[in-house]
Amino acid sequence: MPFVPDSVETTIRELLVDVLGVAPATVAAMTDDTPLFGALPELDSMAVAGLLTEMEDRLDIMIDDDDIDGELFESFGSLVAFAKAKVG
Amino acid sequence: MSPRPEYRTYQFAGHEEHVLCFGAEASRQILIVPPLFDEMNRSRRMLVQAMRGLAERGTGSFLVDLPGCNESLTSLEKQSLSTWREAVGAAATQFGATHIASLRGGALVDNGAANLPHWRLAPAKGSSLLKTMIRTRIAGDKEAGKATSEAGLMEAAKAAPIELAGNMLGPAMVAELASAEPAEVAQLTLRALGQDIAGSTLWLRAEPQDDPAMSDAIATDLHEWSASCGG
Repeated sequence: MPFVPDSVETTIRELLVDVLGVAPATVAAMTDDTPLFGALPELDSMAVAGLLTEMEDRLDIMIDDDDIDGELFESFGSLVAFAKAKVG
Repeated sequence: MSPRPEYRTYQFAGHEEHVLCFGAEASRQILIVPPLFDEMNRSRRMLVQAMRGLAERGTGSFLVDLPGCNESLTSLEKQSLSTWREAVGAAATQFGATHIASLRGGALVDNGAANLPHWRLAPAKGSSLLKTMIRTRIAGDKEAGKATSEAGLMEAAKAAPIELAGNMLGPAMVAELASAEPAEVAQLTLRALGQDIAGSTLWLRAEPQDDPAMSDAIATDLHEWSASCGG
C-alpha cells in the first residue's frame, strides 16, 4: 500500500506514542522544530532500535543502519523527512 | 474473590518447565504462548491480568515458559524456534489444551499442536525481532566504543552463540529467526491491535507498563472465541 506524505507523518506520530509511550497530546503538539533526541527522555539509543524496526514494518521500507546519523533524531521534522525520503 | 494462580510444570526434553495456570477446573483450556525474548517480559503482566479475567468468565488458561526463558533452568543458547514449537506441543498435550492463543513472536512457535483452533494477536515476523535485537547490540557496542556490524554478527552466529540484547542465541535460533513467519495452522483467528483489540503495544515499550482495559478486551475476546469453536 503506497503512503502519501501526510500518512507518513501520521505514522511517525503513532510510532512515538506506541513505541516510546510518549503521551498522545505531547506527540500531537510536535512540529518540525520540536527536538527529539536529548529532549525526550523516552528516546534513548536502545529505544531507537525498536523504533527503526517498527518504522520499517509500518512504512514497508528498509533502513540501512549506515544511513543513520545523529541528525536523524534531532527533531520531529528531520525524522519525518527521513521517512518520507525512504518511502519515496 | 479474584481467581488465584496455580504454579505447575510440564515435562520437556528431560526438564520441568514452569506453567502459570488460572481456572484449571474449567472445561475450556487455552494455552497462551507469550511473545519472545524481551517482549515477553514487557507483556507478561498484561497477559496474566487477561488470564485472570478469563478465569472470572469461566474459561481456563495456562501460560507456558518456553525452555530457556523466564524461570526455566535450561540454557537459552541450546534452544531454537523448533525446540520451542515442540515444547508448546508437549505442554498442549500434558495440560489438555483445547485452544491456543499467541501474541507477537509467539505466533512463530504456536503450531506445536497445529490441529487446535488458534488465535493470534499482532503476530510478528522473526526477521523483525532479530533486527531489533541486532540494532540493540550494535547501539550498546557503539556506546562502549566498539564498532559492530550486522553482517559481522550474522557471520559469527553461524559458528557459535552470540549475545543479542541480553539473550545468548545459538546458531539454529539465529538462522531460524532470520526467515521465520507465523506458521500455517488448521483454524486461525487473527486479531489486529487497534482494530479488533483496543490497547497499546506494550511489548515495544522500554518501560514495562500494564493496560487493564487491554487485558479485559483480550479476556472478553478469548472467552467468546473459545466458546465458538473447538473444545
